[in-house]
Amino acid sequence: MSSVPHTSTSPSITTPPTPDTADKSGSGTPQGDRWHSRLRDIGFWADHAAIIGLVLLVIVFTALNPVFLTLGNIQSILVASSILMILTVGQAFVILSDGIDLSVASTMTLGVIAFGLVFSQGGGLLLSMLAAIVAAGLIGFLNGILVAKGKITDFIVTLGSLSVASGLALVLSDGKPISVFSVDLINFSTHGLLIFGFPFIVAAVVAILAHVVLFRTRFGTHLFATGGSKEAAQATGISTARIKIAVYTISGSLAGIAAIMLIARVGAAEPAANTTFLLNSVAAVVLGGISLTGGKGNIFGPIVGALLLTVLTNGLTLMNVSQFYQPLAVGVVVILAALLSRFQK
Amino acid sequence: MTTTITGPIIDVRDVSLSFGNVKALQNVNLTLAPGEITAIVGDNGAGKSTLVRCISGIHRPQSGSIHFDGEETHFRSPEDAREKGIETVHQNLALVDDLTVWQNLFLNRELTRGIGPIRFLDRKAMRQQADRMVSTLAVNVPAVKSKVRRLSGGQRQAVSICRAAGFSSKLVIMDEPTAALGVQETAKVEQLIRKLRDEGHPVLLISHNFSQVMRLSDQVWVMRAGRCVAGRRTTDTTGDEIVALITGSREQ
Repeated sequence: MSSVPHTSTSPSITTPPTPDTADKSGSGTPQGDRWHSRLRDIGFWADHAAIIGLVLLVIVFTALNPVFLTLGNIQSILVASSILMILTVGQAFVILSDGIDLSVASTMTLGVIAFGLVFSQGGGLLLSMLAAIVAAGLIGFLNGILVAKGKITDFIVTLGSLSVASGLALVLSDGKPISVFSVDLINFSTHGLLIFGFPFIVAAVVAILAHVVLFRTRFGTHLFATGGSKEAAQATGISTARIKIAVYTISGSLAGIAAIMLIARVGAAEPAANTTFLLNSVAAVVLGGISLTGGKGNIFGPIVGALLLTVLTNGLTLMNVSQFYQPLAVGVVVILAALLSRFQK
Repeated sequence: MTTTITGPIIDVRDVSLSFGNVKALQNVNLTLAPGEITAIVGDNGAGKSTLVRCISGIHRPQSGSIHFDGEETHFRSPEDAREKGIETVHQNLALVDDLTVWQNLFLNRELTRGIGPIRFLDRKAMRQQADRMVSTLAVNVPAVKSKVRRLSGGQRQAVSICRAAGFSSKLVIMDEPTAALGVQETAKVEQLIRKLRDEGHPVLLISHNFSQVMRLSDQVWVMRAGRCVAGRRTTDTTGDEIVALITGSREQ
């Protein structure tokens, strides 16, 4: 079967990732091409930038700090990366359709405040969660309508809604954090199955569903067609406007789910800007090898990209590097990945 | 596939269309016979494309009527026309580069399986059917699993034609099908177009290439300044006569 590159789960650290020729058969390189010749091909490195970068970081941090590769730390990295993973999946859908969602992080903030308001009114956990997803999903839907029907550039629409959503969050909360105390939420963020915390399990389920939608449904194919060539998609009768509205609504709703997980982690609904989440979601998608012009990529890459960025932050923190260096490190990694992606096949 | 009626597959009667002051089409009359390749020739701006766009549902004529397969058409959109069996092969090779050959062949016609509203792509069936469709082509297309990006211009056009012909189409419109191709590839695509006709698909060919029109078509209509000025059986005419009709140095 093609398009199951994910079966290469967690490649061991000492050997280079096994060449997953399964999805490449019949394309590109001639048959009988051995892995050592592929290693000399820069396109191979570009195609697998995220996983290679992750392995390198793990090696470096393990060598520098013995705490890094302990079970407890791995556990906390997985949990810490889960919010970013969910936002990244949404961002990946939008970028695959040849758009960009600059509003994901502030949409999440609005979801957080919607949750907090309903919860503080005694609305209960379920209703509060629903409020977060609906509020965030609505922002996404409006983004989609403006891009598809208003025919405004994605960049401008979501730049506007970035400001609108974070402004709304400030207005609704009066700029103050709302404390959210729920035993269920605390259990959710502190427990799990084996070494996998519940937040990571949620992120993994979201990622698997996203993969199924992208590669096993008509919608997924139409999404790739819309991002790859809007004209060709329209020529076959695909409504690219509907695809656009759908991807932004998906991105918004996922930001709502991320909002719930953020509250579970923080224990309060804060109208914070969360800009790092925006930058990191775009960065994870770029690291994951999704073309910024759309139509090309998968979900596995961005997920690994999100994990890589979390590992980077975690490792730097373990080594007592000042927090001020973290954005700098993320920036360098992203630019390197972008440079490498120019050599993609 | 083949039509049961003996009348024309397309019958354009007195069609006129203006864009503001520009009379793009003026009382155009022409017919397309089933099982034939019909060519429309004319200078740039003669109205060929506008007429084709009326037939394929992009424009609606302001007066006159178009009968398709014996019935008057009221296409609301190109999708509408496609559903009735009118397929268009575009000159700009409208395929999605980063999808595979089989995905392009089945784009927006995907086969699915599942229960109720939860449906998943039936990739195996599509690949097998795509294999069958492609294997009938005269042009060598690599495995249907390969990305379209890796195909040559001729192979892409072959895939486009395959897509147009593969879905029980009653009329295939080809708008400059070889404009972007080299000499050898043009020859192969021409072979495909003939094959299409031999299988019973009527073809409407728009081309600037006179020798191609003379080689391929059974019937030629000449358009000039928004009018259809002449119609000839290809066997009864010469390239020189067609050129004279196009430029207007010779009337009817």
